[in-house]
Amino acid sequence: MDPATAREAATLGIWTFLATEVLLFGGLFTSYIIYRIKYPRIFYEGHLKLDHVLGAINTVVLIGSSLTVALGIAAIRKGKVGLLRLYLSLTLLLAGTFLGVKYVEYTEKFSHGLYPDTDIFFSLYFMLTGLHGLHVLAGMVVLGAVLFLAGRGRYSESYHTPVEISGLYWHFVDLVWIYLFPLLYLLG
Amino acid sequence: MKEHDSGIRTYIVVWGALVVLTVVTVAVSYVHLGMLNVVVALLVASVKASLVALFFMHLRYENRLVWGFALTPLFFLVLIVVGTLSDTLFR
Repeated sequence: MDPATAREAATLGIWTFLATEVLLFGGLFTSYIIYRIKYPRIFYEGHLKLDHVLGAINTVVLIGSSLTVALGIAAIRKGKVGLLRLYLSLTLLLAGTFLGVKYVEYTEKFSHGLYPDTDIFFSLYFMLTGLHGLHVLAGMVVLGAVLFLAGRGRYSESYHTPVEISGLYWHFVDLVWIYLFPLLYLLG
Repeated sequence: MKEHDSGIRTYIVVWGALVVLTVVTVAVSYVHLGMLNVVVALLVASVKASLVALFFMHLRYENRLVWGFALTPLFFLVLIVVGTLSDTLFR
C-alpha cells in the first residue's frame, strides 16, 4: 500500500469508529430528549443545581485543547517534532484541567446528596458526563502515547498519520461536550 | 487529501469564534425566550460543531468518501431520535 492510500484507509477507519461513538452517545441523547419532554419540571430544577460557570470554563478549556492539538498537527506537518511535543503537553495539561474541574463538580454534587439515583436528570447528567469523562481519559492515554512516541522520533514531515488520527478522536470528544454543555447546564 | 498551509491563522480564528459562541450561548441562556432558548442553544452548538469538524478535523479538505463516512452516522442518529420520539409521543 502506498503511503497516501494507507493514510486514507486510516482516516476512513477513525471516522467509522467515530460513527459508532456518535450512536453510543446518540442513544443517551435520545433518552435525554424523551425524558426532558416527559418531565420538564425535573429537568428545570436539575439544571439549576449545576454550576454553569464551571461548565462554561470547562467548555473553553476543551476548545483550547482542540486548538493545541490542531496546532500540534500543523507543526508535525512541517516536521517540527519539538513543537508537536510542546502542543501535545499543553493538550494533556488542558485535558487534566477539564477532569479536575469535573472532579470538583462531582464532589460538590455528592456533598449536596445529588447522586446518579437522585432523579432522571441526575441519572442522565452523571451517565453522559461520566461517559464523556472516560472518553477524555482515553484521549489522554492516546495523546500521551503519541507524545511518548514523538519523543522517540517516530513522526516526521512525511509520516505522522497516528498524530492526525488521535487528533480526530480528540476533536470528537470536544464535539460531544459542545452539545452536552448547553443541554445539561443551560437549558431550563 | 490535500496538504494545506494557511493552517495556523485559520485555527486561531476558528478558536476565537468557538470561544465567542460559547459566551453567546451562555448569555442567551439568561434571557427567557421559552422554546426559542432550546432552538438557539442547539443552533449555536451545531455551528460550533461544524466549525470543529470543518477546520480542526480537516473535513473541509477531505474527499467525498470521507464526507460520506462522516455524515452517515448523523442520518442514523436522526433516525433513532425521530423513530423513538414518534413512538413515545404518540403512544
